[in-house]
Amino acid sequence: MSPLSPAPSPPDGPGAEADQAVSAILEAAVRGAERGTVVDSPPGAGKSTLVVKAARELVAAGERLMIVAQTNSQVDDLVDRLATAAPELSIGRLHGSDAAPDPAALRHPMVLPSTKAADLLGQSVVVSTAAKWQWVKGVDPWRHAIVDEAYQMRSDALLAVARLFERALFVGDPGQLDPFTIVGTEQWAGLSYDPSSSAVVTLLAHNPGIVPHRLPVSWRLPASAAPLISAAFYPYAPFRAGTGPGDRLLRLRSAGDGSAADRVIDIAAESGWGLLELPARHTVRTDPEAVRTVAQVVRRLLDRRGSCRSERGESDLTADRIAVGTAHRDQAAAVRAALTGLGVPTSGAGGVTVDTANRLQGREYDVTVVLHPLSGRPDATAFHLETGRLCVLASRHRHACIVVARAGIADLLDEHPSTEPLRLGVTVKFPDGWEANHAVLAHLAEHRAVG
Amino acid sequence: MSLLTTMARLEAVRSGHAEPLATVRHRHLAERPMLLVPLAAAGETGAPLAVLLGRDRERPRLLTVPQPLDRERRFAFLADLADELLPYLESFGEAVEVLTKETRDSGTGEQTEVSRELCLDAPQLIVPNRGGVDLLGLLGRSTRFRRTAEDPDPGPYPAPPRVPLLGRWLTHLRERSQVPGSSLLLAMTDLLGRHWATGQSTLEDQHLGALLAWIDPPAGLTGAQAALRAETARDERGQLLCPPAGPTTDPQFDSSLLAPAIVRYDAARLLADPSHQQSPGAAGRRPHAELREQSAARERDIDGLLEAVLTPVWEQLWHGLDLLRGLPPAAHLPDRWTGDRWSYTAHRDRLAAGEPPQPVRDDAVTAARKLAQREREQTTVGVQEALDDPLAMAEHRLTGEALAGVVTEVEPAHDTSGKSPRPRPLVTVRTVDRPHAEPGTELHRAGGPTSQRAELVAAAHGRVTVRLLSGMGRKKEPEPGSVPEVGDQVCFTLFELTARQSAPLPEPEDTPWTHGGPPPAHSAAPTVGVGSATEEGADR
Repeated sequence: MSPLSPAPSPPDGPGAEADQAVSAILEAAVRGAERGTVVDSPPGAGKSTLVVKAARELVAAGERLMIVAQTNSQVDDLVDRLATAAPELSIGRLHGSDAAPDPAALRHPMVLPSTKAADLLGQSVVVSTAAKWQWVKGVDPWRHAIVDEAYQMRSDALLAVARLFERALFVGDPGQLDPFTIVGTEQWAGLSYDPSSSAVVTLLAHNPGIVPHRLPVSWRLPASAAPLISAAFYPYAPFRAGTGPGDRLLRLRSAGDGSAADRVIDIAAESGWGLLELPARHTVRTDPEAVRTVAQVVRRLLDRRGSCRSERGESDLTADRIAVGTAHRDQAAAVRAALTGLGVPTSGAGGVTVDTANRLQGREYDVTVVLHPLSGRPDATAFHLETGRLCVLASRHRHACIVVARAGIADLLDEHPSTEPLRLGVTVKFPDGWEANHAVLAHLAEHRAVG
Repeated sequence: MSLLTTMARLEAVRSGHAEPLATVRHRHLAERPMLLVPLAAAGETGAPLAVLLGRDRERPRLLTVPQPLDRERRFAFLADLADELLPYLESFGEAVEVLTKETRDSGTGEQTEVSRELCLDAPQLIVPNRGGVDLLGLLGRSTRFRRTAEDPDPGPYPAPPRVPLLGRWLTHLRERSQVPGSSLLLAMTDLLGRHWATGQSTLEDQHLGALLAWIDPPAGLTGAQAALRAETARDERGQLLCPPAGPTTDPQFDSSLLAPAIVRYDAARLLADPSHQQSPGAAGRRPHAELREQSAARERDIDGLLEAVLTPVWEQLWHGLDLLRGLPPAAHLPDRWTGDRWSYTAHRDRLAAGEPPQPVRDDAVTAARKLAQREREQTTVGVQEALDDPLAMAEHRLTGEALAGVVTEVEPAHDTSGKSPRPRPLVTVRTVDRPHAEPGTELHRAGGPTSQRAELVAAAHGRVTVRLLSGMGRKKEPEPGSVPEVGDQVCFTLFELTARQSAPLPEPEDTPWTHGGPPPAHSAAPTVGVGSATEEGADR
């Protein structure tokens, strides 16, 4: 969990700046003239902590509260955090009949699970997914709602749940993946309520009085990563790291054996970034060589017994603190298989997390290993160029991020400038994926090991 | 594009002809569909130039606009088109079945029976390509709001009476064509592209002539050669041997044949115009009837030119239809066609109820409902195609989303945690597939006697063991036939075999503040709109 104020906070340092932002947000959410409050939060800026704080404050003021998150794991995560931070809160966990809540969320005595909203009306806070909230009917609206990961919520989902609350605090990361759909939606492009756009985009279009707040400090990203991520993905809403250049250290207890995997680990331990470049080649999506290399890097990270020192103290780099990020599900499955082959656990509590960018949203690890979305591709499609995908993959780490990629991505980008049609009424996203990809690539090139 | 499709395309390049992507036909084909080849004039978006249409291969009807900029001729054309199409479109409205279903009133909890009509069949229009579908949509948009002489306030330029009605039908068909798996309005290139992989790009497949050249090349030519000829070969006048399938025409045809013919027609019509009779000059002294005949002859010239470029496309449409009819229909087609029948019935009912035309833009709730419907249908089509066609299932097996093989072992086992033991047999399958699943992953049995869930127990070295979890009856021992036997061919998927129901959305008049509140039209007339509750319910 990212603390909003780390213990030694210098006066007017990042801690004070963040505190000010949070007070302004809470004031607007509880007493502001607008029914909606929007908070833009860069990666690891204490979004979850803000949600917990807002929930406690609203309940303390005698309000009942509903919380909308996007996935079941986000809901479980949130319930667990809330109950840990505020054991006195009575919390309802509304869930679907085919999706049992995580035991970790239910271990708290004040958490009550149910499949029916009516059973939970006595709880101060009721948490569920947007998909489940849409089915709730026959209850009085809540006065307050918090919508978590609001930029990943689709406009049509908000349309279905907005009847359940009077006021709402929308919290999310605008740089992450936009919501998606499996069918064409050109027909509605440019409409303020395009059902496939993000809930926040629709909300802001219809409520021009709402001025988004912004959390200015990332507590997750180290000093080596925040400037790059801020410049590449949030040029108009810059943020800074909550920690300084020597505050985070990744050390490896055993020396490298000179292999490419070990060299890139050493580079990343030193600088926070590493690029392991494989020979240029067009490959299938589950490029066996790249997949094997990703698995080897993870294996070596564990073998060399890393240790992470941060403002939270010193801890071992264990498998559960490492994540592998990919663009596609079959790539994740291939990496999992390769890791299993090397004896690295990938499931259960103590395993390495291997998942797609979509599913890694909102997660935090000490070290991430990323299979570059454009690695080995003959073309760069809108899917692979999506800014949010790269942003998610490059901003999950507290210490270091290692990218595995085939050479030649810069040329590939130059051969595939963005060709998506511009549509009237649609806000152009800036920077586009092409630009952001180049920015990250240029930075990674300074931390390269050739495999 | 999936790996399997890419492989099929590479294979097509090597073999010189298109490779099958399906073992069955995945779209409903009416016994006698209405075929249309629409053409648009260059220069103005959606300006109709001509259409060749009909249900009889030997007797297509040609309609043209000899001067595409002339609004009167355009509306005369649209009136003719309405006369051709509306009787066909409306002919399915009479024969119905009556379905009753019990519903529970949400307020009182009372059971009530609701009866609804469902038309037994529905019309089907087939055009050469997506451009044709879009053109019909544009025609619908430009005509459905027109006022006619029958309106209380007809305005200065009333349209012929049935033209706005045609516009509403075309709008509905175009909307429905956006629903995955629907078959009221189809593009031949989409139909063929779903069932065959050519050795060219999907963009090139939009050329109907080239696509057919790959699927059924003439004797002595490879698909690539035939496609090249279809795209580029010209006669001695510089005209394409295989004219484009519309809606745009070949610029060469436009500039060297069509434009001069239109100029000649304009000149002849000017002379035949009674208001020009007084003007002095040689022409003025000729009898009026002769001038009228001159003008009509110039019009027939244009008809002849357009017929010459439309007829080859007409033949291609029928050729494509013949090829598709060579495939046996997929098992789920009647099921999906029922959805089209509901859609047709709903539109019939809206017209009968005197509702206004579909609005230009969907309101927030209608847009969300349509998106939900399309997503649901997309999932349904994907699943149904996989169930109907081993080649479609192969794509899922290749991506690790499914596994198929032969049962090598069945071990009875029971879940004894409850009051009475329940069957949970273990089934081991020999398979070449490598599902991307871990122990505990939920699986669904495809092609079993009932819907059946299972979970993965172990997978290694070409053997996958699963535990069946449901679909075996309520007794201690499974119902006969519910558990596969050794030697049976079985298939399990990682994805669910039915699409999830979409969550309810508010009525348009209850649009919340986050989406701008109720739209103005709805507060005035709550029944307006294509996507009111009936559309969603009726379109399933």
